[in-house]
Parts: sequence; structure tokens; C-alpha cells
Amino acid sequence: MTWIGTWLRNIGAGALRVADEVGGILLLTWMVLRALIPPKIDWRELVKNLYKMGNRSVPIVVLTAFFAGGLMTLQTGPFVKKFGAQALAGWGAGYAVLREIGPILIALMFSGRVGANNTAELSTMTVTEQLDGLRALAIDPVRFLVVPRVISMIVMLVALTVIGDLVALTGASIVGRAMLDIEWATMFHSFADNLKPYDFLHGVYKSIAFGGAIAVTSCYFGVTVRGGAVGVGKAVNAAVVAAAVSIMLLDFFLTYTTG
Amino acid sequence: MMKKLITGIGAGLVDASRSAVELWLVYVGTIAGIVRGRRGGRPKGEIMRQMYAIGNRSLIFIVVTLGFIGMVMTYEACLQLQRVGIADYSQVGMQYIKLIVTDFGPTLTAMMLATRVGAGIAAEIGSMKVTEQVDALRMSGVLPIDYLIVPRFLASLVMTLVLTTIGGSVMYAAGGLTAQYSFGVNPSLFFDLHLLRSRHLILMLVKAVSYGAAIPVVAGFCGLRARGSSEGVGWATTAAVIGSSFAVIVLDFVISAAALFVTGGDL
Repeated sequence: MTWIGTWLRNIGAGALRVADEVGGILLLTWMVLRALIPPKIDWRELVKNLYKMGNRSVPIVVLTAFFAGGLMTLQTGPFVKKFGAQALAGWGAGYAVLREIGPILIALMFSGRVGANNTAELSTMTVTEQLDGLRALAIDPVRFLVVPRVISMIVMLVALTVIGDLVALTGASIVGRAMLDIEWATMFHSFADNLKPYDFLHGVYKSIAFGGAIAVTSCYFGVTVRGGAVGVGKAVNAAVVAAAVSIMLLDFFLTYTTG
Repeated sequence: MMKKLITGIGAGLVDASRSAVELWLVYVGTIAGIVRGRRGGRPKGEIMRQMYAIGNRSLIFIVVTLGFIGMVMTYEACLQLQRVGIADYSQVGMQYIKLIVTDFGPTLTAMMLATRVGAGIAAEIGSMKVTEQVDALRMSGVLPIDYLIVPRFLASLVMTLVLTTIGGSVMYAAGGLTAQYSFGVNPSLFFDLHLLRSRHLILMLVKAVSYGAAIPVVAGFCGLRARGSSEGVGWATTAAVIGSSFAVIVLDFVISAAALFVTGGDL
């Protein structure tokens, strides 16, 4: 009977740990929101973060988006070849890219590049007691470190998603031309006739939510880290996992409530 | 200014090609380690332990994320059909399972594993590197690749396939439930497997095995390159997440394109 006890204890411990982390993340969200009123933002820190998180992520986002667009065209390949339904390739690929695959894949790469990086940076500051140093100087770490990062990540993920959508549609057209012999004009008309502005906006406002989720989870695991180099690695790991789960959950709820 | 730009590009290229060679050497070393079949000083049951860490401990994560994305995808597909005015959902289930098996199942599972397992491997090996445990291994005549990467590689090969199967099934089931509750699609119409061919399953197998091989090698390579202290471990983990996710996307593209050519478009 002891294994049942161990099993139940493990489940309970797991549930408590998850509840602890969710609570901590929500609490940090609340502290960030409160620090925004009145909006006293450290502009230098904000601009530095915008540059570091946005401009320097462009290459990886562009590459990811290009392949994602190409992949979606490839998935329509069998239809195009079998039924000659070339006018539908853009519909399928564009719809999937703008509403789901584009925002999700870009958010996952953003979480890997920027979110993980942010956790690594903040947790290194935490284990080297720089946060305590700030507190000793009467500087609020949430206001000084977390708020600019949250704002930059939301702004930059939206910007990168817009860029990524364009690149993905270009990638879809290039792959369609090179591998499925779909003319540029056919592809363009297929996009223009079947995609509505709302499809694009749907992806963009999802990316606002994803950016917020990545920012808060990565900052949470950064400031709560314990114990040296091993702790930093574990914190980064936990941050990317939490970001991936919250991206999927938010995606579901946003799709379901706003269609 | 021009000179600075050119030196910048050149430095980047040299750096990238050096990393590519190193990554290739780690890969070759891993394969050689398996072929030689030496235990390389590993404790008994290490592969099992890694399988538990990579497989069982990722199970809940995979089920939750793939379940939700499965619901979203069916919802979006039915919504689009509804908007166009085709209230005929009989094709949705059949095409959905085909897409899951040939693409979304293995690829999304691997993307999720790249974040969880890739980051985990890099964090673990990276912390061993910066605390000089890897050097200690080398001093005692044990190859770090044999000791650290080979067991993770073998475990990941098996477990990626297992998790892909589970994740794909969860996606399919979640999609069927969404279709029934939100659009009233009859489950017997949705869970219709007759478009599925053995070549789709072979494609899934190829994809899952390729991703399973790529993730531990890329992550282990990033971990072994960690330098400095806690900051280095953080960098290595970040690089592992990015590298292994990107490897998954590129492999997906290459394998999908190859499959389309091999089957002449009749996939």
C-alpha cells in the first residue's frame, strides 16, 4: 500500500507547486499593473530593452516565419497536385499562418530567444544579489527592472508578429512557386480574395496576450531563482515551459471567445 | 564603416561555420559512441533514468499543450467552413487526422519537447561544464559525449516517438470533442480513418525519429559550450531552446518537401 501513499503525495506536491507558481505569476502581474499607475517608467532601460528584444530577434523570427509559411503551402500540396485547386492554396496557407501558426511559432521562438534570455539575465542578477543591492538603494526592482521588460516584450512581439506575417506569406508564395508551380498572381489573388482583415487582427491581438504571458512568466522565474549556476539553468527551463503552456492556454481561450 | 560591416559579416560567418563543424563533431561522436557500444563509465540504468526524465516527466506538459492546440485547430477549421457557407463538416475529421499524422503531431510535439527537454539537457550539462565536472570526466578517461549525450540521445529517440503518438492521439480526441460540442459534428463522422495510408505513418515515423535525434544533440552541444558561471548556463539554455526549435522547423520543411517529391504530390 505504500506506493499509493507515495503516488498521492507526489500528485499533491505537484499540484501545490503548480498553484504556488501560478499564484506567484499572478501576483507579479498585479505588481506590474500597480507600478504602471502612475506611469513612471525608466526610459533609458525601456529603450535599451526594446532594442535588445526587438531588433536583435528579427533574424530568427524572419527565418522561422519564412519556413512556417512554406510549410503551410506544402501541406496544401497534395490538394493542389491532385485536384488542381491552385486558387485554394493561398486560402489554406494564409488562413493557417495569420490566425494560428504564425503567432504561435513566432511567440514560441520569441519565448526561446527573448524570454529565456531575460530569465537568464534576471536570475543571474538575483543570484549575485544585485536585486538586494537595488532594494538597499530604495529602488523598486519591479518598477526598475520588470516593468520596462514587460512593456518591451509586448510591443516587440506585436511588431515581430506583423513582420513575421508578411514574411510568412512571402515564404508561402515562394515555396508555392518553386515546388508546386503556383503562379505569383494566383497566389496573390488567393490571399486577397479569401483573407479578411480580421484574420490578420486576430493573430495580432493574440500576440499581445502572448507577449504579456512570456514577459511575466520569464520575469517571475528570473526573480525567484535560488542557488547558483544550477538554479539559473533550472529557472530558464521552468520559464520556457511555463511560457509554452500559457501560450497554448491563452490561444485556446482567445480563439474560443473571440473566434 | 564599410570595413566594419564586412568584418562583422565575416566574423559572423566564421563563427557560424565553426559552430556547425563543432555540432557535426558532437553528432558524429554520439553515433560513434553508440556504434562502439562501450558503456563509457555510465552507471547502470542511466538510459532508463533519462527515458523517465525525458518521457514520463514531459507527459503532462505534452498532453496539456497538444490538447489545447488540437481544440483550437478544429475550431478554426470548422469556423472557416461555416463562414464560407459550407455547412458540411464530413471532411474535417478525415483531413484532420491526416494532417496530425503527417505534420502537426510530430512537429508540435517536437517543438514542445525542444523547449522542455532541450532546455533541461542544456541546463544540466551546462551546469556540469561550468562547475568543471565535464573536465573531471575527461581527466578520468571518460568521453563526455559517451557519458552525457549518448544516453540522452537514445532515450530521446524512443521517447519522442512515444510522446508523438500520445500527443497526436490527444490532439485528435480533443479536436473530435470540440467539433461535436461546438459544431455538432457526429463523432462517428469525425473519427473516420479511411484516408490514412501506411505512407503517412512512415512519414510520421521519419519525422519523429529525426526530431528525437536532433534535439539532444543540439541541446547537448549548447550545454558543452557553456562558459563562465551562472550567466554562461543561462546563455547555453537559451541557445539550446532556439537551436533545437529551429532545427525542428527546418527538418520539418526538408522532410515534408522530400516526401512531396518522393510521392509525386500524391501524399
